[in-house]
Amino acid sequence: MAAISASVYTSHVPAIGAAIDLGKTQEPYWQPLFKGYEFSRRWMRAHTPDVIFLVYNDHATAFSLDLIPTFAIGCGSEYRPADEGWGPRPVPVVRGHPQLAAHIAHSVIQDDFDLTIVNRMDVDHGLTVPLSLLFGQPTQWPCPVIPFLVNVVQYPVPSGRRCYSLGKAIAKAIALYDEPLNVQIWGTGGMSHQLQGPRAGLINRAWDERFLDDLIRDPEALSRKSHLEYVEEAGSEGIELVMWLIARGAMSTARPKVAHRFYHVPASNTAVGHLILEEDR
Amino acid sequence: MALDKPYQRIPGTTIFDAEQARLGYHLNQFCMSLMKAENRQRFLADQRAYLDEWPMTEEQKQAVLARDLNRCIALGGNIYFLAKIGATDGRSFQYMAATMTGMSQDQYAKMMLGGGRARGSTLPNGEKA
Repeated sequence: MAAISASVYTSHVPAIGAAIDLGKTQEPYWQPLFKGYEFSRRWMRAHTPDVIFLVYNDHATAFSLDLIPTFAIGCGSEYRPADEGWGPRPVPVVRGHPQLAAHIAHSVIQDDFDLTIVNRMDVDHGLTVPLSLLFGQPTQWPCPVIPFLVNVVQYPVPSGRRCYSLGKAIAKAIALYDEPLNVQIWGTGGMSHQLQGPRAGLINRAWDERFLDDLIRDPEALSRKSHLEYVEEAGSEGIELVMWLIARGAMSTARPKVAHRFYHVPASNTAVGHLILEEDR
Repeated sequence: MALDKPYQRIPGTTIFDAEQARLGYHLNQFCMSLMKAENRQRFLADQRAYLDEWPMTEEQKQAVLARDLNRCIALGGNIYFLAKIGATDGRSFQYMAATMTGMSQDQYAKMMLGGGRARGSTLPNGEKA
């Protein structure tokens, strides 16, 4: 049987990808941020899973306004890094896991979550920046990745409650897969940031820290936060944090082991949060 | 009964909902076209001619030519789409963000290094963030 061993949470700021690609990680601006991921890279080397189920959002890359799926699962065998306007990132092609992805889609759709199936798409910084942060610059990513996309661009986006319940359905599906795979689930995006309008630049450290506390200890209560609170307190793009609830909902333990916790302001316009939670077995 | 849209009351913020998306469909799809290098070159070579290939309103075209991102957003643009104009111009996202706040890029970068814009702080129009 496949099983989820850990969940990983991280922001996916495009400027972080640019800093890695352009060799700027040791510059004074970026050094404190990358220091916060040093432990995580060692941890990932020791805990490389067989598959990563990576929850992220597309930023007007694979999905234009022609098609806006609320939840979409990548069932393809590979995904190329997208040209988001300044050329594709120089990172490896992402290998998928079509068998496990199709299995999860089947089970989750039968559990009343109407997923869109994606067999061909390019992946943007939302997916590749977390991989770079956790794996550095390898010539190949160390394991296959199942991309899972959530619409957080056009309102209304799915509620935190819906995302948390979806996480549970994903965990159930993974537990029903016959092959004994070690799976990690990653929730990405956030934390507080607003990229638009006169209010751009909003950061709310106190709210973010409470979000991290609640994600660890009381995700049930956290999942009831309204969209309005996310936008008011964490900025219009802070709404991405609902995606973390999918990963947290997929964990079975009420008291996961906190392997790592990190918070840093700023990365360009954004507050960066990062957690590694291990299942307590 | 009307739909409840409480997010419309948040100062300095335009939530990209189905109504905004409807207004901005062609503006945002124009932005999507800038994901191809040859389109970026064509746009930079003759911006007006390139914009005229799209069924956008004249107001939207003027907002793009002026790089007035707040105006683009008011006319249905979404920041993730509009960011592709900045990328085509070779501008950083932080530069684009600064232009929406009435601050210079330097002032904006300093605000971010100082922990960002605080909740409840005063916006240029006197409202509270």
